Formats: sequence, structure tokens, C-alpha cells
Amino acid sequence: MKRVLATFGRRYGDGPIHLLGLLGCFAFAGYVVSRVVTVPHHWQIGLYFVVALVANDLVIYPLFTLGDRLLRAGRRPAPAPAGDGRRVPWVNHVRVPVVLSAVLLMVSFPVVLRLAPDTYRAATGLAPTPFLGRWLVITGALFAASALAYGARVALAARAGRAGSAAGRRG
Amino acid sequence: MKLPAPPVTSRSFRSPIRGPWLTSVLGSVLLVGIPLEFVTGLVSYAAYNPRLPHNDPTPAHGALNFYLFDWTSAPSWLFQLNEGVHVIGGLALTPVVLAKLWSVMPKFFEWPPLPSPAKALERASLALLVGGILLQLGTGILNIDYFYDWSFSFYDAHFFGAWLFMAGFVAHVVLKLPVMVRSLRSRRLRDELATPLAETRPEPPDEHGLVPVDPAEPTVSRRGALALVAASSAAVVVLTAGESIGGPARTVALLAPRGRSYGGGPTDFQINKPAASAGIDRSKTGAGYRLVVRAADRTRSLTRSDLLALPQSTQRLPIACVEGWATTQTWTGVRLVDLAALVGGEGHHTLEVDSLEVHGAYGHTTIDRAEATDPRSLLALRVNGADLSLDHGYPARLIVPALPGVHNTKWVSGLTFQVA
Repeated sequence: MKRVLATFGRRYGDGPIHLLGLLGCFAFAGYVVSRVVTVPHHWQIGLYFVVALVANDLVIYPLFTLGDRLLRAGRRPAPAPAGDGRRVPWVNHVRVPVVLSAVLLMVSFPVVLRLAPDTYRAATGLAPTPFLGRWLVITGALFAASALAYGARVALAARAGRAGSAAGRRG
Repeated sequence: MKLPAPPVTSRSFRSPIRGPWLTSVLGSVLLVGIPLEFVTGLVSYAAYNPRLPHNDPTPAHGALNFYLFDWTSAPSWLFQLNEGVHVIGGLALTPVVLAKLWSVMPKFFEWPPLPSPAKALERASLALLVGGILLQLGTGILNIDYFYDWSFSFYDAHFFGAWLFMAGFVAHVVLKLPVMVRSLRSRRLRDELATPLAETRPEPPDEHGLVPVDPAEPTVSRRGALALVAASSAAVVVLTAGESIGGPARTVALLAPRGRSYGGGPTDFQINKPAASAGIDRSKTGAGYRLVVRAADRTRSLTRSDLLALPQSTQRLPIACVEGWATTQTWTGVRLVDLAALVGGEGHHTLEVDSLEVHGAYGHTTIDRAEATDPRSLLALRVNGADLSLDHGYPARLIVPALPGVHNTKWVSGLTFQVA
């Protein structure tokens, strides 16, 4: 029995419970698919499923990474000397508002970008006009707040630097 | 035969904060959040009372309706709470899901991709997991924003998508729970939250391939990354939850599709499908309006004045939509139990409701016993002291506690009490 299990493990790559569990998962998923194919336009549901999967791995993620690499490439290569306000790293002061703004767009993009003004009006009786302006104002406020925080950090670092060098001269 | 490695493999990933601990922290948030989404989703379907005539939004459900139970009318805010948690919670989990996917991205580029049959099957189950969650978040967001860039029914896609996703989710949790627990124990959360950028180091090399072999210099601490995810979720909640909570919170729900004002007055609350969209024929809502009330072989035909002459009841009740928005107003009208008594239909009964509306899936619905016999359930004629507006269902609309918004039928033309 042990030898059978060992051979199974070598050939399969894991224990029999692993196999049984996953087969159960696929059997259930197969049942769900057998129901899906009975609804109208089911192939479109499948298409959304596959496109979402591929888009995340091969489009959204690479774009995100590329953007972040560009951002980091723009950084000062060697740290400025201590006491210089420019020593305060600024990368996260760009990242934070960009990420927050992007997440907010992601959860509301159809109304912000007015992708479906007719169905929005048919459901609500209103035009989806205010959302783009609101999102832009929120994004602006996020960048402004981040810039203010950066300015405050630079000022604090510069003051600490002056205090440090003054102490150095005295000593 | 050995395939040549692609240009991007798991070795190309260099973020020094990626590792089993960070992935497990995000995973543990989802381990609570996802089941909450699933359960509130199941409850939402049950609230439609899909076993009654006209009510089932996913008639192809097969055996997946095994859990259904009779919906209830108390507490009146039950559906509002359920949908608020489901929709706002789903939006708030979106950044957590994206962060989790980011944290495990090297796994999707492992080379060779299928080292054993076990790994191959596991990856197939991950396709259910990742494709499933993106389908659920995607259809959910597009639905609450009315962007139907498809021909299928939202209910079908979101219902079956949930079950496909859960197949992958359960397998993933069973396979990875021990790793998650071990990884969470490998570092103390309290220490990690006290570690600034200058002291951030990669996690020790792991057998999962998450920790980079060639880590870049850190530009953000782990606590910073987690704080950014938390801040994203918080921002989403602050800017959308008001459409579900109502009251003053509605004024800060700037990015909620249904948080907006209709210009003040007693009928300034969310309209779902104005009269023009429902194809309401105004000649039938004026002097010619008749409400036909039936039970067994008895029928009464009533004008709006007849209805206003009956004993009136005032109730403060919410309308809550499956899309997550809700609004609580003060309604005045005739109690459904009193209308039943007019035609000898009192007692245990269900209620079939007909509307004048011609465009829409909810022109005919069935109300279950608990809701139809609740003394607070009204055929409302007035709201906040004023006559209903046409867009809010004039001449008469249903208001039933804890019922999905679309079942609070507007422009009611017929009530048929089915005595058991």
C-alpha cells in the first residue's frame, strides 16, 4: 500500500486527497457549466470569463508594472546628502494618489466615463453628468494633499538638516 | 523536449515585499470577505422568493437553488442591510483582490508552467478562481452603473459566475489554508506594522516562488503597502456607502451611481425606472384608473378616490435595490390585509401583483405569505404627506417591508389574493 502511494505521489506530484478534492471541484464546475449552456447568450458569459482572466495577467498587470518602473526610473539614483530636503523620497507621494484615483475609477468607470448614458437615464431619470467632474476633483484633491504632505516632509527634513549642521558647527 | 523559457518568468519579478506573509495577510482578509459576499448573494436570491410564479430571475438554476427558504418581512431593513453589505462590500474588496493578484503574480509566470499533473490540475482550479472573481467584480460593477455591454442576463452571469468561482475558491482554501496559517505565523503583524521602509527586507526564500531571487531595493514598506490597500477600500466605502445608508451619508456618496438628489421636496428620493422608461400610458393613470382586487370568485374594481376613502395607514419603510442603494420614506395608503378583507381573501395567502408597466421584467410578481399578510405592507397612495409622483408609481404602488425594491411594484393595476 505504501509503495502504491509512493508511486502515485511520484507520478502525480501530490497525494490522492489532492487529486480527489480537485476532481470534486471540477465535477461541480462541470455541473455549473452544464446549466450555463442552457441560458441565452451563454457563450458571451464564457467570453467575459476568459477575457477577464487574460486581460488581468497579460494587459492590466504589465501596464501597471511598466508604469511603476517608469516612475522608479525617474528617481534620483544616489541619495542626496543628509540635511538636503531633496533626500525625502517622493515616489510614494505619486503612487498613493495614482492608486487611490485608479481604484475609484475602477469601481465607477461606467458612470465617470459616461459609457452608458441612455441606460443610466432610463433607470434613474437623470443624466450621468456629474461623475466625471467629481472624480477629477477627488483626484486633484488627492494629488494636492499628497504634494502638501511631501512639502511638509521636505521642510521638516531641511530644518532637521540645518539644526544638525548648526549643532555640528558648535561641536 | 525542453521548451525555451519565455521572456517573462517568475524570476523576472523583483518586488522585495512580495512573499508568503504579505499574500497571506491579504488572503486572510478575503477569507472573511468572500464568504460574506457569497452568503449575502445567496440571501439576495432567496429574497426574490424565486419559487413563486413570475419571480425567478435565474430559471436555469438546476439544483443550485437547493438552499432556498421562505423570505421574511421582518426586520424591514433586512434586504437593505444584505444588499448594502453585498454591493458596498464587493466594491471595498476590489482593491484587496487586485493586491492579492499582484502579490501572487510570479506564480502565473512559473516556468515550466506544468511540472506535474498535480500542478496542472491546481492551475486549472486557479482559472476558476481568478476568472470567477474578475467576472463577479466586473459584472457587479457594470450592473450597478447600468453599463450592459452584453446580451446575457446579469442575473444569470452573476449567479452562475458565483458558483463557478466558489468551486475554485473552496479548492484554493483547502489546498492553501495550511500555507496561509504557517506564513502568518512566520512574522508578527505588530512588528511588521512597526517596521519602516529603511528596515524593510525581503522575506526569507520560500518554496512557492513568491519571494524574488533578485530583489530590488525597497521603495515601500509592507505596512505602507497594506495601508495603501486599506486606504483604497476606505475611500471606496466613504464615497459610495451613502447610497445604501441614506440620510446625510448620501451627500458624501459622490461616486455612488444612486446617491443623487432629485431637486428637493417630498418625492426627492431615488427613482428606479421613471414612468417614461416603463411605457406608462397616462390615459390609464388619470380618471380612468381602476385597481382590480380579486380573491377566488370575488372581484372589486376601485378608483383612486375609492382607495383614499378606505382607512389609511402610515408606515416608515425602506425601498432597497439589489444594486445596493436604498431609501427610507414615510408612506401612506391602504393596508394589504384590508384590501384582502374587501374581497374575502383574508388569512393565509400569497398575492399576485400586476402593473400598468409594459417594459420590464417586473410587471407581474408574486408576494409570499409572510410579506402579503404583514400589517405594515401597504398599497401606498401618498409619500411624505404628498401624492405619489408619476415616476414614484402614481396612482398606487406597493410598499412591503424587507422586499427587494423591484417587487415594490409601481403603477399597480391588479391585486389577486391566492388563498391557500
